[in-house]
Amino acid sequence: MTLPSAISLLSAVFLLSGATSCLLGTLGLLRFPDLPARLQAATKPQTLGLLLILLGTALQLDLAGAASLALVAIFQVITAPVISQLLGRAAYRSGTAQRDVLVLDELDQQLSQDDASSR
Amino acid sequence: MTAVFTITLVLLCVAGVLALVRLLRGPSTLDRIAALDVFLILIVAATTVYIAAYRDGSNIPLLVAVALLSFVGSATAARLAERRERHR
Repeated sequence: MTLPSAISLLSAVFLLSGATSCLLGTLGLLRFPDLPARLQAATKPQTLGLLLILLGTALQLDLAGAASLALVAIFQVITAPVISQLLGRAAYRSGTAQRDVLVLDELDQQLSQDDASSR
Repeated sequence: MTAVFTITLVLLCVAGVLALVRLLRGPSTLDRIAALDVFLILIVAATTVYIAAYRDGSNIPLLVAVALLSFVGSATAARLAERRERHR
């Protein structure tokens, strides 16, 4: 197998696996019962899916294009956890999350301490 | 290779429809924000596949812009939604 066709094959594998993980992640977003579980599923398209697709595309482009795609990848890896954390905290505080199914709840103690000290 | 791009785009479109269903169903505002964030990321992914298919790097700034908008929009909406739910 020559080198260009090997790179095309690798790129095709990355693109297809990225799209599949995007689909599975959104399936979880649709099917899971409450917000923390949905956020966990939403992480798949946000990081793994997009990164695999960016990698598959970068193999098709020249170095300058690949560098710009790397910029998108780095930005996404930095911002996706921030959004998840904001949404998870908002869900916890507003009571949308089901607290009785949590295995470990460290935030509860912390929040009640904060409430006590602010009074 | 054309078949690969077609299959990838079809998978991303199905994923987009699923994210839109969650966006419409809710039930809370936070669920909608999470679904919208995922939908915007799917748009970024589909644009990336277009770039790969036509080997056309001129759309890459679009990716950066949409990713940035998705982050700023979701972060602002999440903070506003949190404040509103706490005052309820």
